[in-house]
Amino acid sequence: MQSKLGLDFKRVEHARKLSKSIADDVQGFVVNYTTVSVERTLCRLLGIDGTDENQVPLPNIVVDELKSKGVLNQGALFYIANTMANTGFSPQQMAEKISEGSIDITKLPIVAKSEIDSIIKPVINGSIEKIKARRERREEYLKVIGEGPKPYLYVIVATGNIYEDVVQAEAAARQGADVIAVIRTTGQSLLDYVPYGATTEGFGGTFATQENFRIMRSALDNVGEEIGRYIRLCNYCSGLCMPEIAVMGAFEGLDVMLNDALYGILFRDINMQRTLVDQFFSRVINGFAGVIINTGEDNYLTTADAFEEAHTVLASDLINEQLALMAGLPEEQMGLGHAFEMTPDMENGFLYELAQAQMTREIFPKAPLKYMPPTKFMTGNIFKGHIQDALFNIIGIWTNQGIQLLGMPTEAIHTPFMADRFLSIENAKYIFGNMKNIGDEIEYKDGGIIKSRAKEVIENAISLLEKIDHEGLFSALEKGIFGDVKRAKTGGKGLEGVVEKGNNYMNPFINLMKGAK
Amino acid sequence: MSGGLYSMQSKEFDKTLDLTKVKPYGDTMNDGKVQLSFTLPVPTGAEAVEAARQFLKKMGFENPQVVFYKELMPGYTFFNCYGSTVYSVDYTTIYVPKVESDIMDMHQTDDFIRENIGRPLVVIGASTGTDAHTVGIDAIMNMKGYAGHYGLERYEMIDAYNLGSQVTNEDFISKAIELKADALLVSQTVTQKDVHINNLIELVELLEAEGLRDKVILSCGGPRITHELAKELGYDAGFGMNTYADDVASYIAQEFHKRQSVKK
Repeated sequence: MQSKLGLDFKRVEHARKLSKSIADDVQGFVVNYTTVSVERTLCRLLGIDGTDENQVPLPNIVVDELKSKGVLNQGALFYIANTMANTGFSPQQMAEKISEGSIDITKLPIVAKSEIDSIIKPVINGSIEKIKARRERREEYLKVIGEGPKPYLYVIVATGNIYEDVVQAEAAARQGADVIAVIRTTGQSLLDYVPYGATTEGFGGTFATQENFRIMRSALDNVGEEIGRYIRLCNYCSGLCMPEIAVMGAFEGLDVMLNDALYGILFRDINMQRTLVDQFFSRVINGFAGVIINTGEDNYLTTADAFEEAHTVLASDLINEQLALMAGLPEEQMGLGHAFEMTPDMENGFLYELAQAQMTREIFPKAPLKYMPPTKFMTGNIFKGHIQDALFNIIGIWTNQGIQLLGMPTEAIHTPFMADRFLSIENAKYIFGNMKNIGDEIEYKDGGIIKSRAKEVIENAISLLEKIDHEGLFSALEKGIFGDVKRAKTGGKGLEGVVEKGNNYMNPFINLMKGAK
Repeated sequence: MSGGLYSMQSKEFDKTLDLTKVKPYGDTMNDGKVQLSFTLPVPTGAEAVEAARQFLKKMGFENPQVVFYKELMPGYTFFNCYGSTVYSVDYTTIYVPKVESDIMDMHQTDDFIRENIGRPLVVIGASTGTDAHTVGIDAIMNMKGYAGHYGLERYEMIDAYNLGSQVTNEDFISKAIELKADALLVSQTVTQKDVHINNLIELVELLEAEGLRDKVILSCGGPRITHELAKELGYDAGFGMNTYADDVASYIAQEFHKRQSVKK
């Protein structure tokens, strides 16, 4: 590819090598561990669903049982398959028996490994086929009714009530949105279970549940067919239930998932060991399901300065790329994150933002980059905010971003009204149409502000990656390298749910899904 | 719909400013001009425009003008409107409670604490409850601060501890005890259905139950917080929009000194 910025791709390659080394180190840790949420994900993959009379999800009941008996390290699959061989129960029947307290699956005689493998195989294949069929359904839709041009217009709905969300989403789709993200209720990332069923109460968002996924997907299919454009659905595969949400999304045909351990560590104080193990399996699932992941680097710039810390975003994107590749997630599904967050008071801020966006585009040419709008310096002055969003949109079309997360003039005031979304979509469509080929027409000056800035950011990212490679990612996070936030390796939420894998541990899904179609 | 581009209406009204009867100002004193936009859940058409006009009249607007309308989706119509309000307010009788302290910059506050208190003040802050947003507490506490106002971490005479987001009220209090905090700052950014109010009240109740309420300076802040609301909820001070670390730090320093002097 011809670099418009005159980037030195040898230096970029060097940065990638460093990132791979950092990711290898993390992966060396990850492969030896499992977590309660990974095990609950396996339960769900075997068809265990529903709750007991106290609304506790059955996957939690099964996994908590294994944990309380001290055998979680052997993994849920091993015990479920062994129980199937002993009793003839389906995984769901077994879960119900555990819930009633009428069976202790850890006390049954252990059957031969070959028997375990053969009894679980058809169940595994069944869920693989189910996810594959969902993926093919999306591909068929894209072939038949098509999709909007990139950058995709991404808007959020966040009423708290899934049925009201459907109304908002339908309006947004008709106005031109390509991606609808249903914001989760505040605090869901810290729940160590996934609520069940359709929900109508939430704070600042709507619970992510499998039923809510189904309701929204079906509504978007209907409106998409009518307007002749496939509408993607986005949710949040982050927090303590990362891989569980991934599998629920895979079953229900979600298209985009926020999926970033680093974000959880830094901004939700989730334990780094827990969430990096969770992330690996969730990315394997997302990769297989054809889901575009979004990473959360944009958030670094809400706590740290966007100009001074721009290189941390690039460094993190590069690390996230390598972690995703290790989970078999193709580049075409990597919605790596970055943002337009420099202070509007900065002279030539637009040029620096342009340099950053163009540089990110050139370094990740195949990735559907997720470009985040201004939030930090949105003030409640909706009129100026609308212009800030316009500048952001100009860069989006100019540098050919993948997913444009539309800013709202009412950012910092309330979750979007129907009319706010209309104004934002109108803003983006106007600019995307009016300036469609600007990126093909305009070149950057040698030695000018833009080219020099891109070079500087890459060099700073390389120095940072060298430091992280030397330290290891865990230790670097402890020192507050991203977003000015420090997190301890043994601190944060969810560490008690991490165990080292035992001798009988099995998870054949990884081999079946990783990098497969 | 752009018939309102040039106003042809007569301007036969009193154009002198009377602070007991203040009205919005467009381009002429007392013209009462207001711009507003809203959505009505009705299909687009002449009836929708008439509905918007009637709505404006009921709100007390004379000469209501619908300057733009657009269907957002079938059954929903968006409007941009102008009107001249018949209402006015008496500015002369308004009283708004404010944080009563002199605002000092970082160096002045550090000097004030050094001279009057003689030891660093311990300040802990967090975004409590389910609120995951740290933007507010970071703006006040982080070294770098916000919009050119250094955060509390940079103050020499303040030991600042930013506990981050989604801190439970219980954890917040136990940290306050552990660190022997002189002042507590609670940030509430996102709010829906008044969840932040309940959370703020709960903290006050827990502090009272622990017998700590009078031993600390308790402040809250966020875009939906006012000093008046904070006082109502049992806080010592509230910091809303456009307040910075300077406001918070100088208040805490002076309030601490005031309480110390009373005790002596």
